[in-house]
Amino acid sequence: MTTMLRVRNLAKTFTLHPQGGIRLPVLGGVNFEVAAGECLVLAGPSGAGKSTLLRTLYGNYRLQEGSVAIRHGDKMIELGNASPQSILSLRRTTVGYVSQFLRVIPRVATLDLVAEPLRARGVTATEANERAAEWLARLGLPARLWHLPPATFSGGEQQRVNIARSMIAEYPLLLLDEPTASLDADNRRIVVDLMNRARDAGAALVGIFHDADVRAAVGTRSYAVEPLREAA
Amino acid sequence: MKPLLRVAELGKRFGARTAVADVGFDLYAGEVLGIVGESGSGKTTLLRMLSGQLTPDQGRVEFTARDGEQLDLYALPEFRRRLLMRTDWGYVHQQARDGLRLAVSAGANIGERLMAQGDRHYGRIRDEAIDWLQRVEMPAERIDEAPTTFSGGMQQRLQIARNLVTRPRLVFMDEPTASLDVSVQARLLDLLRQLVAELQLAVVLVTHDLAVARLLAHRLLVMKDGRVVEAGLTDQVLDDPQHPYSQLLVSSVLQA
Repeated sequence: MTTMLRVRNLAKTFTLHPQGGIRLPVLGGVNFEVAAGECLVLAGPSGAGKSTLLRTLYGNYRLQEGSVAIRHGDKMIELGNASPQSILSLRRTTVGYVSQFLRVIPRVATLDLVAEPLRARGVTATEANERAAEWLARLGLPARLWHLPPATFSGGEQQRVNIARSMIAEYPLLLLDEPTASLDADNRRIVVDLMNRARDAGAALVGIFHDADVRAAVGTRSYAVEPLREAA
Repeated sequence: MKPLLRVAELGKRFGARTAVADVGFDLYAGEVLGIVGESGSGKTTLLRMLSGQLTPDQGRVEFTARDGEQLDLYALPEFRRRLLMRTDWGYVHQQARDGLRLAVSAGANIGERLMAQGDRHYGRIRDEAIDWLQRVEMPAERIDEAPTTFSGGMQQRLQIARNLVTRPRLVFMDEPTASLDVSVQARLLDLLRQLVAELQLAVVLVTHDLAVARLLAHRLLVMKDGRVVEAGLTDQVLDDPQHPYSQLLVSSVLQA
């Protein structure tokens, strides 16, 4: 099996300078590997640092200790010493991240927002928009909303825009932070089905899913993220 | 790939005061680098040195020309530096009036840089001017009007068209949206975002507005007292700032 992601001895501590330099250790001793075609479920109580871990894997939070290696084409890229340009290149073609909330851009229509990852890779506007429309239709977002900016959409609608935006790019590695949290049962089934299809097509998934049914339906393995004990 | 702009150990003093010290970075084609920090942190002094307007006391600014030649900006003869500024570079001022010629028409403002490049064909210059007015979402029929008759947002769009008409590869922007109403700002930001991606521009963007930085910049430099205290991907710096000053800056933003 092709290893897509390898995490070794990852640790993360936040230092809050405006609060007198308080140190908050969040993660320590995180070790796992994820292969193509697997879905690793991050388990653990809320506050254990699961979202922090996902953000660190995406390069959004800085990697301070340990190693994160991601397969990018035929190379493994080490996040800790990757240049900003190579992290951006990873995000363009290899790693997708579905956050809990959509960050909207003023005035940009839903269709363009979803087409953007393809446009960034040089796909023509016409083709990118056609594929964006397919994904939005698949996710059941009414066509009358496609040309509006998603700022005024409901939570569930925004979440589906977010998912379409990540799925369209067919990233080999998908990081998912509660992708089904604000969806109703029908839409949750659709998204579970899409995640399974991506995994069957060879993508590696790492996700946080609070819903036990979703976990059972998409997960192939789980990894327990343990809350760190406060050092005395 | 060679960086378009290579900056090393750049410094400037005004009398006893250090305005900028030891700034270095590489900028590649298609990259937007945001420089953030409060007023007095040296952002504007740095931008003026990068763009050939203020001779540094220390360090180098190197630019890779279209033919691949590496040019040391402050070792170039004055006329070559000026030619670069008029053709391969753009500079968008905070106040559109500082970047426009107010006494001549919108069309002449756009055409001027083409003429500086040696274009003499009146009809073609006018066609280009009309094309650029439309690209920055301005009505083409206002081509013969003077910029003084335009609103602030339109003046700013005209300034952008004037800069981009020569297809520069590097554009400096000094608080391009700061003097506009919020509603006009959003539209201009969207326009800039599209143009930068479409033309694969390299941009050095000075802003004190972290939301503008988040929207436009790929990477950020955080400046304090003339020095870069933190550098990284925009979302890293804004979501996981490391330096005490970056943390203070990010945590001080009011949430609307």
